[in-house]
Amino acid sequence: MGQAYSAGLTVTDSMIVRKERILPLKGKVLVTKGTKVKAEDVVAETLLPGKVVPFNLANKLGVTPAQLEKYIKIKPGDQITKQSILAENSGLFGLGIFKSEVRSPVDGEVESISAVTGQVLLREPRIPVQVRAFLDGIITDVIPDEGVVIENKSAYIQGIFGIGDETTGELMLLAETPDDEIDAGKINDSCKGKIIIAGSFVPFHVIEIARKHGVKAIITGGIDDQDIKKLLGYDIGVAITGHENIGLTIVCTEGFGKITMAKKTFDLLKQYSGHKASVHGHTQIRAGVIRPEIIIPLDFTEDELVSKEASMPILEIGTLIRIIRQPHFGTIAKVTALPEELTKVESETLVRILEAEFDDGTRIRIPRANVEVIES
Amino acid sequence: MQYDEKRLTRIVATDCGSTTTKAILIEYVDGEYRQTIRGEAPTTVEAPLNDVTKGVINSTQELEELARLKYNNPNIKFMENGEFIIPRKGDVGVDAYVSTSSAGGGLQMMVTGVVASMTGESAERAALGAGAIVMDLIASNDKRMNHEKIERIRHLRPDMILMAGGEDGGTIKHVVEMAELVSGADPKPRLGSSYKLPVIYAGNNQAVDEIKKTLASKVDLIVTDNLRPKLETENLGPARDKIHDIFMEHVMQQAPGYNKLMEWTQGPDHHRVPIMPTPAAVGNIMQTIAKDEKIEVVGVDIGGATTDVFSVFTEDYVFNRTVSANLGMSYSISNVLASSGLANIMRWVPFDINESELRNMIKNKMIRPTTIPSLLEELVLEQAIAKEALRLAFEQHKEFASSLKGMQRQRDISEAFSQSTSGASIVNLMSLDLLVGSGGVLSHAPRRFQTVMMLIDAFLPEGVTRLAVDSIFMMPHLGVLSEISPKAATEVFRKDCMVYLGSCVAPVGRGKYGKPALYAKLELPDGTVFEENIPFGEVRLIPCEAGKVAKAILKAAPGLILDSSKAKELSVELHGGQVGIVLDTRGRQPFTLPTEKSERIKYLKKWMRELKAYPEDILV
Repeated sequence: MGQAYSAGLTVTDSMIVRKERILPLKGKVLVTKGTKVKAEDVVAETLLPGKVVPFNLANKLGVTPAQLEKYIKIKPGDQITKQSILAENSGLFGLGIFKSEVRSPVDGEVESISAVTGQVLLREPRIPVQVRAFLDGIITDVIPDEGVVIENKSAYIQGIFGIGDETTGELMLLAETPDDEIDAGKINDSCKGKIIIAGSFVPFHVIEIARKHGVKAIITGGIDDQDIKKLLGYDIGVAITGHENIGLTIVCTEGFGKITMAKKTFDLLKQYSGHKASVHGHTQIRAGVIRPEIIIPLDFTEDELVSKEASMPILEIGTLIRIIRQPHFGTIAKVTALPEELTKVESETLVRILEAEFDDGTRIRIPRANVEVIES
Repeated sequence: MQYDEKRLTRIVATDCGSTTTKAILIEYVDGEYRQTIRGEAPTTVEAPLNDVTKGVINSTQELEELARLKYNNPNIKFMENGEFIIPRKGDVGVDAYVSTSSAGGGLQMMVTGVVASMTGESAERAALGAGAIVMDLIASNDKRMNHEKIERIRHLRPDMILMAGGEDGGTIKHVVEMAELVSGADPKPRLGSSYKLPVIYAGNNQAVDEIKKTLASKVDLIVTDNLRPKLETENLGPARDKIHDIFMEHVMQQAPGYNKLMEWTQGPDHHRVPIMPTPAAVGNIMQTIAKDEKIEVVGVDIGGATTDVFSVFTEDYVFNRTVSANLGMSYSISNVLASSGLANIMRWVPFDINESELRNMIKNKMIRPTTIPSLLEELVLEQAIAKEALRLAFEQHKEFASSLKGMQRQRDISEAFSQSTSGASIVNLMSLDLLVGSGGVLSHAPRRFQTVMMLIDAFLPEGVTRLAVDSIFMMPHLGVLSEISPKAATEVFRKDCMVYLGSCVAPVGRGKYGKPALYAKLELPDGTVFEENIPFGEVRLIPCEAGKVAKAILKAAPGLILDSSKAKELSVELHGGQVGIVLDTRGRQPFTLPTEKSERIKYLKKWMRELKAYPEDILV
């Protein structure tokens, strides 16, 4: 077989980025097709239903659910405040003596009343939610009542793992080389509001200092598992991240441990140091893979907004690959052969392998599953 | 619709897993069905491709290429223009294409009941038996405040909800209250907001009108028979069937590419064959084994994200399935570490390793789930993690697979002093006949000896137990294939799927390392005799081929027993297999490892060497 499909992360100096910005529930879209937007602009907003408060009115009033109907003062859809009387009885002998009334525990609206259980559901006031553009670009589609599609041309890097939410800021190169471990002394007030670029590793104390100086995000090759635990206060069991509130966003481009940042990634970040970027740490490895992204908007004209059809990276002779598991984790090589037959590796596992050559001419044979294609 | 061998001569079956799409080719050759070729490709249900059929095409292409090589025939072709050619005409096409699926997170459900340990648990059993992952069980008595329950329902976004509660004719108040909470939460389906969330009601039949009044306008309400019509009766069939129907009609329709895939799965006359959730298909096959051979079975399927445990126990063939949603070997590997703790993993590792290195290795496997251990040391570590994932999943299963809780039982005098209560686990390792492993780490272990070691260390079988493995993980394929051809499914199952590894003999009880534990005399089929007084804390492996039996006389030392009747002497036939017969005198209830590290490593190496688990150089 001359070629095979392989997984890979996208790192490119130019591509058309298309982002759907959708409200969690239907609402109002604030922009029209063709509008140029900045990352910080609000493009859609809605009101989320408020918290539902179940309240057993029959119990409170001391009547059976079936009797509740006689005493109730509200109906579904009514607006209520904490002063509203929900139900009252007429007191002893119907004379108003020892009359009791039940007032609403919350402000909001009456959702439903049940004659079976005597329970009313009250809904607290709605909560406003806004969706921002997240990236500088142009609105190319409006999904009525739901959101928009924003497109732009960007330099684009997909990370492997991240923590922290969406943010924007100016890229600032602090590492000198891809295998650099940045010195805490380099982080000062000039880093405030910036997205700083580390090399192969960022230890916990450096993250702490960055946080103190108001750094918005850190891009690093590797990070230590225990440092993440210290940052979050818990161990990550299943990789679904991105909504942590730790004061900054971290995007890891290579993995856990000290791992040299891929040269292509580093060079791209270096080239655009000083440019504005949009980044997020959202990672979901299971079901609906989401990887962290670094999006650096470039100048473009509307006719350039034609995205390439999605395809899987292909392994063939000459393809540049990165090894993503020991041995040689993180190194780059070129594919020299793709033998068809299953081959036994050191662990005695029978797998499909590929043969590859490093820059210095040494050759290796490794499982195809342990490489990713570096797209050119 | 079922077909015979004249109509089905070549079948492609796929299982679209969360990581990999596995395709197998089944052919009718020389008067029998055999699985002939296997191919796989990454599953493509997610971005950038967002179309599950691409992975199916890629894995089928691999089948085609391998078939051409195997038969030295360049004309063999199964697909054209990216679609299956059905039926087969000579070299071209296949007679049927069937598939199972757990991609995109499988089937995710929420269940509700009135009493968590009664109707709640029955609902959970119905959902699990249908192949679902149960995201949460919400019950009237689960100690959460009603507003917390509503918040939870709102945030879950399941594929569907199963509601149970109340005996038929009993009080309706609690089950209606639960419906009110569901209605208040106004839950939305996980995939897409263009349709209403399916809610199956399988509770008290007297409450149906009130339930309809409360829920019908907000959700897609489907009413079926009560799954616990009486306290002492469970009737899970109708609810399970409804879950399957809805899985096909609603949920699968929403997953990327499944519309196309659902049209592809068909028999020779173009009748559609429903796609089955992977665990439901595996459950099908497990129950078939138990009933066919009249035995008690435990099966496990350890995947990248989840571990499913299936069991069939008691003379009524009571089937249970549990899914440990966050125990697996890739996506969830990090959670195995978090749940078991590092020390429990390290207790199976016969060498020293830097803790931080190990933690980072595990996290790297989590974020790059498709990689394979290429170094021997990494394989040993992954297998140590697998033992813990299996152990934890089995513990959860034992707790769940119980007799119905809340029943009144009449006890006779002999039971008066025993501890048995309603709700006790029905999993009895002493009476268990067969333990079947499947899933990548067990099916694809480079040495079958490793599979035996993992199964024994994780499940700690007691007494005499046969061990088997699904050769290349095709139980899901055969489970769905049995829908159109039980003959093809059972033939392939017996000949190609099930690999008997051998038997394990493990006396139960305590002992002291080095003191006598088990006298064993085995007359092997080739006439040789194995005879030894095996001390406590040892493992012996006696080769005995598959299909052969050894006649054994076993005598346990004081403090140890050999079967459920507490026998200390047994005269039994022990089945052989690809690995052989394992005599394990490390004790059970409790099973303990030496606490001192160097001592533990010494014993681990000894056992691994005896079991031929790893090459000698790593055990020096």
